[in-house]
Amino acid sequence: MAQVKEYIGKIKPDWCPGCGDFGVLNSLQRALAELDIAPHNVLVVSGIGCSSNLPGFIHSYGFHGLHGRSLPVASGAKLGNHALTVIATGGDGDGYGIGVGHFVHTCRRNIDMTYIVMDNQIYGLTTGQASPTTEKDVRTKSTPEGTIELALNPVALALSCGATYVARGFSGDNLHLAQLMKGAIEHKGFALVDVFSPCVTYNKRNTYPWFRERVYKLEDDQQYDPADFRLAMEKAFEWGARIPIGLFYKVERPTYEDEEPALRSGIPLAKQPLERADLAALMEDFI
Amino acid sequence: MAQTHTELTVWIGGSAGDGIASAGESFAKACSRSGYHVFAYNSYQSVIRGGHVCMHTRIGTHKVYTQGDELDYLVALNADSFQRYGKRVVPGGAVFYNTDKFKAAPDQVGPDVQLIGLPVMALAGNQLMQNTALLGALIQTLGLDPDAIRELIRERFAKKGEAVIKPNLEAFDKGMGFAREHAKPGAIRVGPGDGKRRPLAGGNPMIGFGALAAGCRFYSAYPMTPASSLLHWLVGYAAKTGLMVKQCEDEISALNMAIGAAHVGVRAMTGTSGGGFALMTEAVGEAGMTETPVVIVEAMRGGPSTGLPTKTEQGDLFQLLGASQGEFPRVILAPRTLQECYDMTIHGFNLAERYQCPVLIATDLYLAERLETFDGVNITKVPIDRGALLKQPENGYRRFADTPTGVSPRALPGTPGAVSTTATDEHDEDGIVISDVFTNPPMRKKMMEKRMRKMDHLLKELPAPAIDGPADADLTLVGWGSTYQVMLEAMERLKQEGLSANVLCLRYLWPFQTEQVSRLLKGCKMTMSVEANYTGQLVRLIRMETGLSVQHHLRKYDGEPFELKQVVDQARTILKTKPKEPVVASVVSDEGLPADFSPIESPALGAEVSRQH
Ligand SMILES: Cc1ncc(C[n+]2csc(CCOP(=O)(O)OP(=O)(O)O)c2C)c(N)n1
Ligand code: SF4
Repeated sequence: MAQVKEYIGKIKPDWCPGCGDFGVLNSLQRALAELDIAPHNVLVVSGIGCSSNLPGFIHSYGFHGLHGRSLPVASGAKLGNHALTVIATGGDGDGYGIGVGHFVHTCRRNIDMTYIVMDNQIYGLTTGQASPTTEKDVRTKSTPEGTIELALNPVALALSCGATYVARGFSGDNLHLAQLMKGAIEHKGFALVDVFSPCVTYNKRNTYPWFRERVYKLEDDQQYDPADFRLAMEKAFEWGARIPIGLFYKVERPTYEDEEPALRSGIPLAKQPLERADLAALMEDFI
Repeated sequence: MAQTHTELTVWIGGSAGDGIASAGESFAKACSRSGYHVFAYNSYQSVIRGGHVCMHTRIGTHKVYTQGDELDYLVALNADSFQRYGKRVVPGGAVFYNTDKFKAAPDQVGPDVQLIGLPVMALAGNQLMQNTALLGALIQTLGLDPDAIRELIRERFAKKGEAVIKPNLEAFDKGMGFAREHAKPGAIRVGPGDGKRRPLAGGNPMIGFGALAAGCRFYSAYPMTPASSLLHWLVGYAAKTGLMVKQCEDEISALNMAIGAAHVGVRAMTGTSGGGFALMTEAVGEAGMTETPVVIVEAMRGGPSTGLPTKTEQGDLFQLLGASQGEFPRVILAPRTLQECYDMTIHGFNLAERYQCPVLIATDLYLAERLETFDGVNITKVPIDRGALLKQPENGYRRFADTPTGVSPRALPGTPGAVSTTATDEHDEDGIVISDVFTNPPMRKKMMEKRMRKMDHLLKELPAPAIDGPADADLTLVGWGSTYQVMLEAMERLKQEGLSANVLCLRYLWPFQTEQVSRLLKGCKMTMSVEANYTGQLVRLIRMETGLSVQHHLRKYDGEPFELKQVVDQARTILKTKPKEPVVASVVSDEGLPADFSPIESPALGAEVSRQH
């Protein structure tokens, strides 16, 4: 096993003291260390938001892209070099708001990568507007009289779109979160880890104590079976006094890379020699 | 007696379901294989009486630069095409049609035009054989080699076997036989071809071909006419060449995926039209800021908005120039010919990697979807230059090191000892973001200068623009991209009339070659721009960059390409009248629709073509 410190970046996170994203970063570093994946073989791709600054704080390759576009960049990178461990990270605004179209399609594509969403139910970086996961009737900077729209349900959405590993963690429980991330990275296919990651500055409702009172682990329920899709869907809608975290669903399905003809040789695209096309034969076809 | 010309034109017109593209392509290919030069342009439009389609084909014993504007032979697959174009067939020409479909009378065509009506059912026993039988009659009347078509029939139906090949060959021979017995040999003929089997392609396949030659391994796209045929062509070669083709959920994803693939070291490309490019906009700047080499093809169509999905225009130059916020290095290439589609795509990939920036290739429907013969391209020594790619970085590697050229050696993710983050936020030489906690003005200045400096060096290695034709001509036609060949042919025509013109057609549009273009323009006596848009975008760019104004202007924004005579006529007028004040003229194509045409009174009949959006 590698040391966690090998994954610590040169730059100290600039998140507000107490921000949930610290726990997410620590858990990810721990998961990578436990899996012993060399930092140069990891590419962390993000969008824009407080949470999307994560690649700057972890010692691995990183791509800090546009708001909402982490998944297509990560997908292109994974398809381009599937020997890399590709992890996309970002916030709920980034992934479930502006980038939700990509989220839906990435779930059904089943590219072998991990998506970690630091879900604080608010727009942090832009100072506290409502996000797609802000609960109904909650007052935010942009909804002074309460939100009118229903909150989006990331777990149910991922399940219905075909994600093959769907989990939810809480950044108040890093050991548990690190295990979920480990499972996600090890899983062959698209894995979502939605994380309750409190924004201590702008979300005064969904705080650490608020979550501590409510969350319980699916693993603690002997009856729960993460291979059961219907059960997973049912649990995805449990919200209120009790909120489940843990592994909702896991299924093995061939990955996009498994079925993509250009990758049949197993050699990553980026490692294939450039000159491969038989140009004379192509030219013949024009005649 | 047939008068032997050096060229002739054939139009095949009908509605969308009539199989015009395949009949037209067969004819074009048969001619290119028989040693003729060919230029074909398929004009297809939306929701007009069954979606009217017309393939304009011109063949010659010399290079033919455009689809031509005279109509020698018309193959009318429906009555509509006959009504539109019958009267335009020139004396000595002929109209071929199926008498089971409609009747035609001699007063519906001009003098000395043959009506060659085939009773297809009686002849071939099956209306499905209509196009093949008409092709037979056409080939017989034109006196062309029937074996080329027979060969194509065998190839086209090879998978379906003899049961399909045989009746098609029979229908073709019956069509020939009918014309032999019932029609006079066509009076307009071309001499024998030169025996060379020339390749025949369009701009999109040539860009695809160039991309494969350049080692492109990833193409991501969302379908949009007229870029879709690039997607289709590339998909057809994916299995053979190991190219990965990814259809995405939208164009935002298409460019971002290409950026992801390029970031890890794959030569990656995406393609779209103006609307899709508008969606890609933010990611163009992402490629600029992250210094990711990526190639983006923009095949323009009539705008704005959804515009004219199946029509041509050069209306997106300013979109390409202005796409994305802020300032960053970008390259805009505008190939003018099929060969340039190939060569400049290869060059584009090299420029993208050498200067680590987005390269935009601008074409339009007219170039992308035409079918034209060409005399081969360089496939043996394809220049590939991946720029500063590091396998083993030294200690203290900095991804965005400030260098004299501004180009920072690139280590790909997966390389030990070079771990770094690439950010769309402003960053320092190590890639560390400087925008959040400590905004550092001198660092920002340094990094801006580092990136922008690349453009100075890139500019120096672009091939110089040049004038085609006599240097001291009385009038210079100025344009860019796809209007090149019509300008060249106009120059030739004017020469035959004793008038002297030359052509300045730009293909490297950005970074702008200010010095060279200024020098060339200052040497011109009179200038006239030829652009397929309303506002004269190239003219504005030239003025912006050189302070020089092109004097006169010919514009077209009806969706159809310039016709030769339109350019010749306006150039002649300018040459003869030498106007002191700028003249801005616009021209329009005659598609044979009555001026009071009403889509309400003439509803569309299953217009598949309109589904090309
Ligand atoms: C195209 C675009 N629109 C808007 C923004 C401004 N913006 C930056 S981050 C952000 C939302 C951040 O919320 P979230 O993704 O949930 O991340 P958090 O800051 O809460 O971690 C917005 C709207 C942007 N950068 N780009
Ligand atoms: S604003 Fe909220 S999400 Fe952003 S760093 Fe501070 S606590 Fe974290």
